[in-house]
Amino acid sequence: MLLIRHFEETLVAVHDQGHFSGHYHLYIGQEATGVAALSCVEPNDCLFTTHRNHGHLLARGADPGRLFAEILGRKDGYNKGKGGTFHITAATLGFYHTSGIVAGIIPLATGAAYAAKARKSGQLAVCLIGDGALEEGAASEAFNMASLWKLPILYLCENNGKYGAGRAAGAAQSPTMAAYPLTDLPKAYKIPAEQVDGTNVGAVDSVVSEAISKIRQGEGPQFLETQTVRWPGSESNWPVVPVATNINLAWDISSVPQKMRQWYRSSDPVLIFVRELVERGWATKEELADIDGKVVGIVDQAVKFALASPYPEPEDALTNVFA
Amino acid sequence: MRELAYYEAKLEALREVLAADESVHLVADATGFLGLSPHRVRFAEILKSFPDRVIAPPISELAFCGLAVGAAMAGLRPVVDLITASFAFEAWPQIVNEAANAFYMSGGQTRVPVVFHLLHGLRGAGAAQHSHSPQAMLWNCPGLEIVLPSSPRDVKGLFKTAVNSNNPTVFIDHVRLFELRGEVPETDEAIPFGQAEIKRAGTDVTVVATSLMVQRALSVADGLAKGGIQVEVVDPRTIVPLDFKTIMASVEKTGRVVVVDECHQSCGVSAELVARIAEAGFDKLKAPIRRVATLDVPVPFSPPLEDFISPSEARIAEAIRATVR
Repeated sequence: MLLIRHFEETLVAVHDQGHFSGHYHLYIGQEATGVAALSCVEPNDCLFTTHRNHGHLLARGADPGRLFAEILGRKDGYNKGKGGTFHITAATLGFYHTSGIVAGIIPLATGAAYAAKARKSGQLAVCLIGDGALEEGAASEAFNMASLWKLPILYLCENNGKYGAGRAAGAAQSPTMAAYPLTDLPKAYKIPAEQVDGTNVGAVDSVVSEAISKIRQGEGPQFLETQTVRWPGSESNWPVVPVATNINLAWDISSVPQKMRQWYRSSDPVLIFVRELVERGWATKEELADIDGKVVGIVDQAVKFALASPYPEPEDALTNVFA
Repeated sequence: MRELAYYEAKLEALREVLAADESVHLVADATGFLGLSPHRVRFAEILKSFPDRVIAPPISELAFCGLAVGAAMAGLRPVVDLITASFAFEAWPQIVNEAANAFYMSGGQTRVPVVFHLLHGLRGAGAAQHSHSPQAMLWNCPGLEIVLPSSPRDVKGLFKTAVNSNNPTVFIDHVRLFELRGEVPETDEAIPFGQAEIKRAGTDVTVVATSLMVQRALSVADGLAKGGIQVEVVDPRTIVPLDFKTIMASVEKTGRVVVVDECHQSCGVSAELVARIAEAGFDKLKAPIRRVATLDVPVPFSPPLEDFISPSEARIAEAIRATVR
């Protein structure tokens, strides 16, 4: 979780220094979901993610240097610079395809589950989507097929807008989605669906483990909605890091701008976990600070590696069109 | 050599690819691959032989095409029957924005060995929403192989190559070819992509035609031969990859070119072929290149209206005569 947090906070700085252009999406605030969920899947399972993929790749053990290099469009990136932040693909880690089209992966992941069932490979597919993806017809169409054919797939919907407009009134959380709760949608197709606090590592681990065990027993698709609160740094079009995360923020948020303190106090999954570890006596503040320092070092190395990696040769644009 | 009807050659290809490789799965309903043809009931034989390898999808083109693409990424070789080519528009995002891009955008990590099967063109009373020829639109999306068979031998041999290809392949067929009879070898012939075939040799004018238009051009050529015009008919068979060398060799020989294709004329397959021929061989041409394509209006229902906009034998003959005049 700390690796994802430091990686992305650093990414904002590297972007602001002009090292890459284009829009990008951050996973900050959702780390507990990705880390806990991906710890429950097997190495040969099939994973599909979206434009908000950095956290998923890192949670699965991706090399931070190659990941950073891809975001910067460099030769040593996972996709040799052809994908960029929206499309980071690491087939060796089970990430076959990363689509920047909202809901683009839902049919694809469902197809991977079809292949797993047809080949009796014992694999399952995990489809990592955001709440907005449910607005696309592809979601409903794919849910229907997954349910009809009892495909081995976990739809993990990361709802990062828990307190979105309208929510307080008990209505749909967004002005663009009538279904409320979101779990009503998969349930309409008879896919079992649950909600869980996405800022709580233990809670996510528990529901994902249970869902995966049902899938492996042949019960067919499962849907989980993990709820998180949007990181205040993402409120503007281009992310702004209010304050670099460090372990001490778990107990002292005086360095955070006043209007953003609420999120760091109660909705930051990293700080919640840090406090939990210390309160339960599973780690000391010193041990955590030591880990934190090491992670900062890993991210520094990753950035150095990425910046040192050359751009691809221009003519490389013409390769890999066909297999 | 034995003769088969086109639809029989196609069914034989389906049966053989399923028998040869258990990673081949079909996404198709009970009358798969033969559209509204009366022979569609013959697909039942395939269903019976391979019940676990044919899945009938809901009316969800977007998701069942995506399902096939995802299954291809994860190790199968799915063949999806979209039936009418116009229905591909329902699945456009998965075909052109996921399948076509996956291998490139992953830097060569993820292969997508999927086949999309479409029945294109003016089928007779299909009207505006069931008569499209989307091959030119698809040609504008790098990453897709595009196959346009025109004979029983080709449909079988090209289908085998399509299924064994590691790239997303759009196999675009024409229902008006189904009754055509022709020689099909009994051997297990796979026809490589990117190999045009001279369907008829001639010396006066080159006609480059695709799909059903090959048969139409051959029929016109027979008629014109009686009047002393020797037409060479070149069938690219696949437009991606394109065997431009064979096309240009014929153009250099005859110096006169007519391109016939059933897409709408503007930015159609004929437009691209004409542009390439003009770029590469302007100095070899003895007359302006002509093209015959579907006129640029939505396809009308009423038979005389449909005939009027179609690349008919009369229009093809007129273009050839104008070129050799």
